[in-house]
Amino acid sequence: MNNLKKVFLNGVITENPTFRLVLGMCPTLAVTTQAVNGLGMGLAATFVLVFSNLVVSLLRKQIPDKIRIPAFILIIATFVTIVDLLMHAYLPSLYEALGIFIPLIVVNCIIFARAETFAFKNPPLASVIDGLGMGIGFTVALTIVAAIREILGSGTIFGIALFGAAFEPALMFVLAPGGFLTLGVVMALVNTLTKKLSEKKEVNG
Amino acid sequence: MKLFTILLASIFVNNFILVKFYGICPFLGVSKKVSTAFGMGMAVTFVMALASAITYFVQVYLLDAFDLGYLQTIAFILVIAVLVQLVEMFIQKISPALYGALGVYLPLITTNCAVLSVTLLNVQEQYNLLESVVHGVGGALGFTLAIVLMAGVRERLETSEMPKWMDGFPGSLITASLIALSFLGFSGML
Repeated sequence: MNNLKKVFLNGVITENPTFRLVLGMCPTLAVTTQAVNGLGMGLAATFVLVFSNLVVSLLRKQIPDKIRIPAFILIIATFVTIVDLLMHAYLPSLYEALGIFIPLIVVNCIIFARAETFAFKNPPLASVIDGLGMGIGFTVALTIVAAIREILGSGTIFGIALFGAAFEPALMFVLAPGGFLTLGVVMALVNTLTKKLSEKKEVNG
Repeated sequence: MKLFTILLASIFVNNFILVKFYGICPFLGVSKKVSTAFGMGMAVTFVMALASAITYFVQVYLLDAFDLGYLQTIAFILVIAVLVQLVEMFIQKISPALYGALGVYLPLITTNCAVLSVTLLNVQEQYNLLESVVHGVGGALGFTLAIVLMAGVRERLETSEMPKWMDGFPGSLITASLIALSFLGFSGML
């Protein structure tokens, strides 16, 4: 049980896919103009991660080593198609906003990396937990970046206006350069904080 | 004229990396040296042009003909994976030197979002065969332009002193932000 908790927290914090592993940068930058989109993208990717990890783990003894990469791609693409169809049917406005980045979950390196480095070597339960942890880590990171960009770039959060009508939002933050800038600064902050915390731990321990 | 517009738009106005955010992973990963960045750009150009052409036929003669639109993502990613494998074997036979230089980056083209997104966009925009290929080449040239620019900046930054908190990825992202800012100047040109 303790081990599973560790696997879960590893994905959320220790090896956060966005801030620590720096994987899956395309959606992190592209869809984070609004907090809702960041959250939606994160949850869609989490769904795919959990199920692709489960299936890869269940089939890990059947898939020959040589063709594992095409096999992973096929499994991931199947679940991405499921998400794509589900979102199209039940969340049309989010589907519209995320657009081409839903099918692009197929080439999200996080999902691929977890299949290769974790699910292919571990039993199903641990793999599902790993997928869940990584997915939530990704979702949290995306939502943070998206919230900052939405507040600065449009003066709203989850669509609710924060400031009065006199507020002039900095349009740059919802455009491409703002995406790079926000992610860069947030990543620098997270890195500095974790470094400080680990130094503290070493002094105390 | 339309072809020219597609070409210019995909290189500058809708630059795949700096405006549309397709293919950020290789952009951050393979942009330390101008020469490798250029090699990567050329390999991606080749794959994107071919993928645009092949997925056009897949879309028209398989997916549309048999009403299998929901298999689009799976079909396209398989085409790209096979294509990258072929290109890899081809380069290995024809030019071992180039193969050695690109090495690890070649198989990584499969998971480059730029390739999959160009094929999906071709269908979305209802481009014909020629327009699809031009869009593929233009997108890839835009990718090459961005990655070479970035590598040029990073080569210079290597020798200069950066603030400690900007070490590594944060610094690269902020550099990219400044390059992207200059590309905003192209918006509204076409």
